[in-house]
Amino acid sequence: MSAIIDVSGVSKSFGGVKANTDISLTVEKGGITGLIGPNGSGKTTLFNSIVGYHPIDGGSIKFEGQEISKMLVPEIARLGLLRTFQQTRIYGEMNCVENMLISLPHRKLSLRDAFKQNTAEDSEKAIHLLDFVGLFEKRFLQAGSLSFGQQKLLEFAMALMNEPTVLLLDEPTAGINPTLINGLIDRLRRANTEFGITLFIIEHNMRVIMNMADTIYCLAHGQMLASGKPEDIQDDQRVIDAYLGAH
Amino acid sequence: MSRNHLFYAVLLAATIAAPFLFPSYTAFLATLWLFIIVALTWDMTGGQMGYNSLGNIFFYGTGMYAGAVIAIGLYFPVGEWTDASRTEVLTVTGGQYYMGMLLGIPGAGLFCGLCAYLIGPLFFGLRGPYFAIGTLGLAIAAGEIVSNIEWLGGGQGISMPHSPLHPDFEKVLIYFLYAGLGVVLFVFLKWLYSTRFGAAINAIRDDEEKAEAMGIHTLRYKTLTWAISAVFVGMAGAISAFQLIHFEPLETAYQTINLGIFMVVCVLLGGKGTLWGPVVGAILFHVFKEVTWNYFLGGQWVALGLLIVVIVVFFQDGLMGYLKHIRPDWFGIRVDEKEADA
Ligand SMILES: Nc1ncnc2c1ncn2[C@@H]1O[C@H](COP(=O)(O)OP(=O)(O)O)[C@@H](O)[C@H]1O
Ligand SMILES: [Mg+2]
Repeated sequence: MSAIIDVSGVSKSFGGVKANTDISLTVEKGGITGLIGPNGSGKTTLFNSIVGYHPIDGGSIKFEGQEISKMLVPEIARLGLLRTFQQTRIYGEMNCVENMLISLPHRKLSLRDAFKQNTAEDSEKAIHLLDFVGLFEKRFLQAGSLSFGQQKLLEFAMALMNEPTVLLLDEPTAGINPTLINGLIDRLRRANTEFGITLFIIEHNMRVIMNMADTIYCLAHGQMLASGKPEDIQDDQRVIDAYLGAH
Repeated sequence: MSRNHLFYAVLLAATIAAPFLFPSYTAFLATLWLFIIVALTWDMTGGQMGYNSLGNIFFYGTGMYAGAVIAIGLYFPVGEWTDASRTEVLTVTGGQYYMGMLLGIPGAGLFCGLCAYLIGPLFFGLRGPYFAIGTLGLAIAAGEIVSNIEWLGGGQGISMPHSPLHPDFEKVLIYFLYAGLGVVLFVFLKWLYSTRFGAAINAIRDDEEKAEAMGIHTLRYKTLTWAISAVFVGMAGAISAFQLIHFEPLETAYQTINLGIFMVVCVLLGGKGTLWGPVVGAILFHVFKEVTWNYFLGGQWVALGLLIVVIVVFFQDGLMGYLKHIRPDWFGIRVDEKEADA
């Protein structure tokens, strides 16, 4: 396997707060990579840096070998590097199917395609993916009226609709009904194996990420604390201390 | 023929018959169409895309001048035409007048569309109130700048070539130019809002950050939307130029507090972000305006101010928004009852 995302020496601070200090990591193509760390350790900040949400103070970020640290959010998204939001962002006034149709991969649409109506295949794909995440029954309901967990599932389905190469998921299981978490883990895995999407997942829930990821990185206080296979991370005293210390 | 088709056919027939059935209202109806055009185009950015422009009147004024420059410039040097000390009488023939219209109106539209396309990237870096004020600044500045360009007649304004038609017929011609443009615009928007482009600009309105994160060409769509609306406003401006015969920059062309505000009020009254809202709003507003301007002369601005306050305070979503609220099913909106109650 080869690195599809290559972060090296990235730092980012907000005023006096050093949210990320000299972070280096790689995300392997085709795999599932985890990013863990206590609250406030800088995980979301790192995601934001990767997708171009804010300029970084130093370092380099490469996607498929191309330097992207100076690119804009939509440009990076159109390369096939997509993210979901920790706070979940969907278009609340529209129904689920409309949310899905807006998420068609615009990098694959020419301007002429944009002036066409959605096709029957687009709608089929939308409904199929809504079914995939378990929202088939809710497909014509206004998205803003769904529960937080369902909105998260919708956001995940929208990301799949976009056919990304890499998907960055910020705490996909937060706020999801615990009885549904296993189902979601299964779907994340299938997104990886069946759709071939490389996943990079921020997860607070250790059990979830240990189950899924091939490689895990752990941040603490904005710095890289440890990295390795799940079983190594699980037994790493520094990681255990960081988590215990935070609670 | 479905009921919908029948409805549109009746409307179209009424539009065509109106100036013949009610000849004394031709000018009133022409202005109504102008209001419909500026309201529909304002709603493209304001309602459908979430960018409230206070400067769309810039395209109206620029369309007037562009139309004039083309209609005159085809046959005379514009500077000579506008020269105040000129003594010789310059006139155009009937054929030249119609050729000026034929080229001047679409030409003005294209020129305004190009202007919007070029300045769009500058303004679409601004959000919320900054966009609104920025665009207003554009319209105000343009009026002042044009007042100082002698070539365009300066503060005195500019006179259009004389129409070969009897004023009564000229009125009907102007009515049909506005009505034709309005109908084309309505049909065009009905189609545009059904495309992926329409969905994309709605996405920008609902959550632009999300739209960017999903890779939507936000700047391209925003600029194009504004440019398309500018084409129609510019054409409407050029028609107004022919209608008014003589116009000047500050009170007529770049009339920020009149038409520039009216278009926003029309949309707010009818309901933002809907196809019919701006049309209904334009009708309501135009009637309101005629009544207050005719019967409360002197108090008309007070009445208009009160209307704006009432809309903004009590009726923010306009008539269509209100209907959407009490009858969501008419608009195909369904909410998750279980979650909504929980
Ligand atoms: N936009 C911002 N402005 C100021 N401080 C920020 C901003 N974003 C994050 N931070 C700070 O950076 C640190 C890391 O935050 P974050 O990346 O959200 O952590 P995590 O996702 O690991 O919980 C925190 O101290 C947070 O307060
Ligand atoms: Mg976070």
